[in-house]
Amino acid sequence: MLSRTADSLYWIARHVERAEYLARILDGTMRLTNLPLAYVGTSNEWKSAIATAGNTKLFEDNYPEANEETVIHFLALSTENPSSIRNCFETARANARAVRTALTAEMWETINTAWIELQRFSNDPGTREEITRFLRWVQETSLRFDGSAYRTMLRNDSYWFTRLGLYLERADNTARILDVKYHLLLPRLEPVGGSLDYFQWAAILRSVSALTAYHWVYRESVKPWLVADLLILNDQMPRSLANCYENLVRYLDEIAGMYGRQGPAQRQARAIYNRLEASRMEEIFQHGLHEFINEFIADNSSLGAAISQQYLM
Amino acid sequence: MTIAFDEMKEPDGRPRPAYAELSAWLGGVAPDVLAYRRQEAELLFRRIGITFSVYGETEAEERLIPFDVIPRILSAAEWDLVHRGLEQRVKAINLYLKDIYTGREILKAGIIPDDMVFQNPVFRPEMNGQKVPHDIYVHIAGIDIVRVDAESFYVLEDNARTPSGVSYMLENREIMLRLFPELFSRHRVAPVENYPDELLATLKSVAPDTTSADPNVVLLTPGVFNSAYYEHSFLADKLGVELVEGRDLFIKDEVVYMRTTEGPKRVDVIYRRIDDDFLDPLTFRPDSALGVPGLMSAYQAGNVTLANAVGTGISDDKAIYSYMPQIVKFYLDQEPILKNVPTWCCRESDHLSYVSDHLSELVVKEVHGSGGYGMLIGPAASSAQIAEFRAKIKTHPKNFIAQPTLALSTCPTCVDSGIAPRHVDLRPFVLTGRDRVRIVPGGLTRVALKAGSLVVNSSQGGGTKDTWVLDR
Repeated sequence: MLSRTADSLYWIARHVERAEYLARILDGTMRLTNLPLAYVGTSNEWKSAIATAGNTKLFEDNYPEANEETVIHFLALSTENPSSIRNCFETARANARAVRTALTAEMWETINTAWIELQRFSNDPGTREEITRFLRWVQETSLRFDGSAYRTMLRNDSYWFTRLGLYLERADNTARILDVKYHLLLPRLEPVGGSLDYFQWAAILRSVSALTAYHWVYRESVKPWLVADLLILNDQMPRSLANCYENLVRYLDEIAGMYGRQGPAQRQARAIYNRLEASRMEEIFQHGLHEFINEFIADNSSLGAAISQQYLM
Repeated sequence: MTIAFDEMKEPDGRPRPAYAELSAWLGGVAPDVLAYRRQEAELLFRRIGITFSVYGETEAEERLIPFDVIPRILSAAEWDLVHRGLEQRVKAINLYLKDIYTGREILKAGIIPDDMVFQNPVFRPEMNGQKVPHDIYVHIAGIDIVRVDAESFYVLEDNARTPSGVSYMLENREIMLRLFPELFSRHRVAPVENYPDELLATLKSVAPDTTSADPNVVLLTPGVFNSAYYEHSFLADKLGVELVEGRDLFIKDEVVYMRTTEGPKRVDVIYRRIDDDFLDPLTFRPDSALGVPGLMSAYQAGNVTLANAVGTGISDDKAIYSYMPQIVKFYLDQEPILKNVPTWCCRESDHLSYVSDHLSELVVKEVHGSGGYGMLIGPAASSAQIAEFRAKIKTHPKNFIAQPTLALSTCPTCVDSGIAPRHVDLRPFVLTGRDRVRIVPGGLTRVALKAGSLVVNSSQGGGTKDTWVLDR
């Protein structure tokens, strides 16, 4: 297939995934800020949402302070922020238009309809009810897009490049949440339970759609190191780093199989995956959770560069 | 002005045979049903994303071409006449182009003045003596036809460069099948859905002799900002070929390759929807970022087929148009089946003075204009506009031609006040391959939605209709 087509497919999937992630972050933050201060402490959750989205500098240059109105505007609706939900959908649709023939009718209709509906949402965040409806709509759009890709695309390189975009973006998002909240997840000496942080942990899980999964996997109340384990090493968890890399390795292998050639991207993905597989949570904590996550984010983006180099230009 | 030919009704109000069923159906259908179907059709078009952009407008980047739900019908006999006329005309055009770029017999015979060819900006000296695969220049033609009475079909324009509109022909049919199954069940309508297969067969048939058994065909688009981009992506999809932009292609050792995820892949046939001027910055406009540097060298080396060939503008130019009857006679020794609209070329002084004196009755067109821009419709123009055009044609007579305003035929059309006759034209698409000429029955019917208007161009408020060719 054309390199430009593969590049667009890869980025469409990344942008839709990112839009969903941002919607989840905002959703989780709104829930936290609804709670009495005694339950969540005094930290500025809105500031933390910006940090989790990875765009603090641009935000601070454009807004006087981080509060509900400014952060929702910046992350959801802004035309200035290249990674706002609005711009994610805009970019995804522009890419989709450029490679329409590589998408199935269902995928195109989902993205095009979303783009048409997006024009109806003004720049003003509106009431809580309106913004909640908007965020739900974003998540539904992402589900529909992913579902139509899964159900309607031929299982060939077109499909595999969308998967690469999706899992690379997802791994990056999960790692960023961990990076911002890592201090909450470190094991403490004092007994936990009923702690101030309980709702923060729940919010983290919710923002990666893993709260229910947590209970099924661990069958106990929310404990920070188990949250870290779930999101980093548990390969059953669809947003964990381990699961993302299992998929990245698999789809890169599919591509290599079809083209008859392995390359640097395959080797890098396998190396990262092996490292995750060999890790134990205790060691990660000893080595430093923060350092571990930072290394991962760097590795992940270098894999992205390797994929581009090898296939997309 | 003469009364326009009503395609549905005889002068006494009875429906013509081909329209008998439709007329009865229209008589019985509730107005709100039609209105509802109209809305449904618009929704479908918008969802699928069938849009076009209008140059010079920033507001509405993507607009829908209005679709009229009442079909335009041609009987088998009417279509047979049109079909034969089209095939004849396009054959003549291909022979003429080969002659112009090689032997130039038609110039030697004094039928067309030399300077009309050599001083014409659409004449491409790069093509002099250049052999094109299988001597075919125009693989895809969109011939605009109007009707003035029961027997007379006129060609209004030969579009032999990069004609567009075929996606509307195909989508209009799909939408009609979805919205009006019961109306279809009362007719036997010739299908158009095989157009993409016919196009692909045509394109593959003209691959250079040197290519492998299964030639690699691509569709070259200027990109998403082109007004016909939707059509480009639609066709590439239906053809099952890659939709490429200039940056996806490169030339090595006079061979065209595309950049793929598996490395370079050779390209044999390019269905290009980019104008000559932008094809290759090394040969044509150096500022073009849309084309492929070196493409002409690969073309001249015979390693790739361009469809249509470079330089076909010298056949559909509005000044050359007036010579088409002689061109048909010269190469085929036949009388033209489709008529030509009488045309005054302002370059000739007696024509110029006639045009200048009769502007209020004539349609004046720029020789190199298209899309309905830069034309004067005399009967509808103000005296100021007429004075302005009189000055224009005096200053640059070679740039203008004039034609009488034809009473274009009308078809019943849904308008705000109900169903009313509106003027229509027809653009059938003629495919010429190495083996034969292929024309799917029908084409794109364009309709002027404003009462009395004769301008059917989408950029000027025209709409489209599905075109039905019946089996009898």
